[in-house]
Amino acid sequence: MIEAAAYCVAALLALAALGVGVARYGPGRSTIYAASALVCVALMWIGIASLGADAARMKLPLGLPWIGVNFRLDALAAAFLALVGLGGASASVYAIGYGRHESEPGRVVPFVPAFLAGMTLVVLADDAFAFLFAWELMSLSSWALVMAHHREEGNAHAAYVYLIMAVFSGLTLLLAFGLLAGPQGSSPGGFTFAAFRASPLPPATVAIVFVLAMIGTGSKAGLVPLHVWLPLAHPAAPSHVSALMSGVMTKVAIYGFIRIVFDLLGTPSWWSAVVVLVVGGVTSVMGVLYALMEHDLKRLLAYHTVENIGIIFIGLGLAMAFWANGLAAGAALALTAALFHVFNHSVFKSLLFFGSGAVLTATGERDMEHLGGLIHRMPKTAFAFLVGCVAISALPPLNGFVSEWLTFQAIVLHPDLPQWGLKVAIPADGALLALSAALAAACFVKAFGVSFLGRPRTTQAAQAREVDAFSLASMFTLAAICLLAGVLPGAVIDALAPVTQALVGAHMPTQMDRAWLSIVPIAEARSSYDGLLIFFFIAVSAWATALAVHRFASHRLRRGPAWDCGFPDPSPATQYTAGSFAQPIRRVFGTVVFGSRETVTMPPPGDTAPARIEKHIHDPAWETFYAPVAAAVGGTADWMNVLQFLTIRRYLAFVFVALIMLLLVLALWQ
Amino acid sequence: MHGISFDIAHMLAGFLVLLSFLMLYQVRLLPLLHVLAAHAFVLALSVAWQAYIQHAPHLYITAAIALVFKAIIVPVALRRMVFRMGIHREIETVVSIGLTMLAGMALVALSLEVMLPLTAKAEPVVREDIALALSVVLIGLLMMVTRRNAVSQVVGFMSLENGINLAATGAQGMPLVVEISVAFSVLIAFIVIGIFLFRIRERFDTVDIGVLDEFRGGQR
Repeated sequence: MIEAAAYCVAALLALAALGVGVARYGPGRSTIYAASALVCVALMWIGIASLGADAARMKLPLGLPWIGVNFRLDALAAAFLALVGLGGASASVYAIGYGRHESEPGRVVPFVPAFLAGMTLVVLADDAFAFLFAWELMSLSSWALVMAHHREEGNAHAAYVYLIMAVFSGLTLLLAFGLLAGPQGSSPGGFTFAAFRASPLPPATVAIVFVLAMIGTGSKAGLVPLHVWLPLAHPAAPSHVSALMSGVMTKVAIYGFIRIVFDLLGTPSWWSAVVVLVVGGVTSVMGVLYALMEHDLKRLLAYHTVENIGIIFIGLGLAMAFWANGLAAGAALALTAALFHVFNHSVFKSLLFFGSGAVLTATGERDMEHLGGLIHRMPKTAFAFLVGCVAISALPPLNGFVSEWLTFQAIVLHPDLPQWGLKVAIPADGALLALSAALAAACFVKAFGVSFLGRPRTTQAAQAREVDAFSLASMFTLAAICLLAGVLPGAVIDALAPVTQALVGAHMPTQMDRAWLSIVPIAEARSSYDGLLIFFFIAVSAWATALAVHRFASHRLRRGPAWDCGFPDPSPATQYTAGSFAQPIRRVFGTVVFGSRETVTMPPPGDTAPARIEKHIHDPAWETFYAPVAAAVGGTADWMNVLQFLTIRRYLAFVFVALIMLLLVLALWQ
Repeated sequence: MHGISFDIAHMLAGFLVLLSFLMLYQVRLLPLLHVLAAHAFVLALSVAWQAYIQHAPHLYITAAIALVFKAIIVPVALRRMVFRMGIHREIETVVSIGLTMLAGMALVALSLEVMLPLTAKAEPVVREDIALALSVVLIGLLMMVTRRNAVSQVVGFMSLENGINLAATGAQGMPLVVEISVAFSVLIAFIVIGIFLFRIRERFDTVDIGVLDEFRGGQR
């Protein structure tokens, strides 16, 4: 099996090389995307097939001679391999259609298979060198994709910020692996993951490795305050790449976190669970608040990725908390919830990015304030996008509900935990999770309502056309997966059982043999959920209501003026806008979190100038963490700039003095 | 072999250090070039002596390279340059000869202080040779820092390179290819610097580096 996965990676790399040559020709592009879709389907199949199998190993004679390149396909890797395969396949199929409108295919086509290969290699890697190499391949190829449309305003800046954060993340992971290797790292095979697992570390080192891994993988996944690159870079890339970055790459980062913290470090200490819980809770609420302030469709989706990463980290933190206290069943439940949400978010976030890409293709607009009324012009896209919105808002019977519900089920287990820190943090996280779920629903009402409902606000929106069949096929497949995973959650939970068994030594009770396909996370007496039943109830009650309205309502005809929805002015600019929708929430949260202010300037009586309303919003993460660093770097650079304009003799003198100083140190140090 | 061969090796290396001090002292360009030639000649002798006592015939090639290129071609070429530029009568204003000489002595002390303990396990011939070679390198660098005329900076660079060569030949088992490549890189550096000297003089009518800096002044 693992050999087949390695061949798939080789095929992806070959496609990347081939893409350089054929990107200019339309059929060549389609062939590359179709082939990478096939390879990704194979990867998905390999992942699903090896979920229950024993861990397989493989060593290639590449890379550093005393390490080689080690691959391992265990249950965790298999689960994420399936995820990469699914995301890659749907994005590749979508790209067959979407890529036709690509203005610079030569900058996009070769890097997509390379990006997929990088993510697959991260999942397969079994030594620090292979992992970091794959991690950097993933970062650099996605950076190239962010830079694809480098002439558009802001994209170069986005790519720059992304590159800095990627380098930072790689550096912290490098340090983490160095500490994990410890003194035996110089021996042959000292940098394989097997050696990391075998050697116990002192508690202080474990703590440092944990923090480094959290920063390194968290900055890739988008934890607040390391998320700043994400809302810049995801929208800058072409939409299928945005879907890959948001739906798959952030998940690969979470894979890195699980691999290091759960697998390599072993049983965590309870305080590390508190750290993960606090960061996860803050991330989820901050992500959704940022999203509410945002009116650019793709940026909004990128901020929602931040929110969902927070939710996943809450699940992981809960799993660590239960595991640290030896409560294997609770740990299995929380870890299953987190992994289920990883899967769900990957599916519906890809779907939503595809939808926003379709809107972008049809209208050329990403700003919601320039859209509207698209449901009449793009009914199929609108339906698929709506399914994604319902799923991400965690409404039953779709999949988003199940994983968040499972997370809540793990949260209500917290009285079993002895530490006061966890007793405080977990209920607080529950409240944050509930808040972010509610705000996410509000945000997607805004996103769908303003973009797809109402009347078109611009001529571009009025002239939109439905997108091509490939894009629609990809979107509808993902929408179907959202529904299937929602009504048959037991199948996903059972599929994840080998993963939790391998990591925390327990798994949730088997769900698929329950009556009526309901799921029972702990015990029948505590809670159960039946997606199928709810789906049928919703379908039947909606049908019955529709029937009642149409059958039993009055049939007498009355003619009257059409209801104008409260805006008698015929101009579409008078509609309720995204800004209007977000304003109440901005009033509630924005003043505290974002320091937002509104100033109204009224012209004096008799003056015909228009009244102005101005809105100022600050980004707390940027101003607290990044602006000081940027200012310090800039100041130092200005100060060092003097060095650019010295005389030749001074330069020589610098070299001379430096040499003398070093020799003096050497002489005194002996 | 320890007795006299040992002493001769040290004597030649010490002589090289002495000639470096002579360069530091010499402020007129033409005599400076003569000292450079002598410096390279002593280097060639020293390398040849090393070849003899190490029984390493390839070092004779290095010695020949040193003799032909460094002791003859480079000084002659520099001398012609100096005449063509008409600066053969110029006297350089150096920082202060006394101060520079004191600094040079401190450098010799420093390099002995650093090198002798570091190379405690090496052979005695190598030990002192390397210490003296480091002082030659440091004095060459000091000369580049304290001089203003581009020609004397080239001379400083050449003497620095001689020090490197001395260290390289003192260590046993240094492959010939390393020395040849070092010699070639120095030759190329010399050609490049020579061309630049002429270009600079065409543009600015001087090879005084201080004047060049004034031309760049606006950006400071």
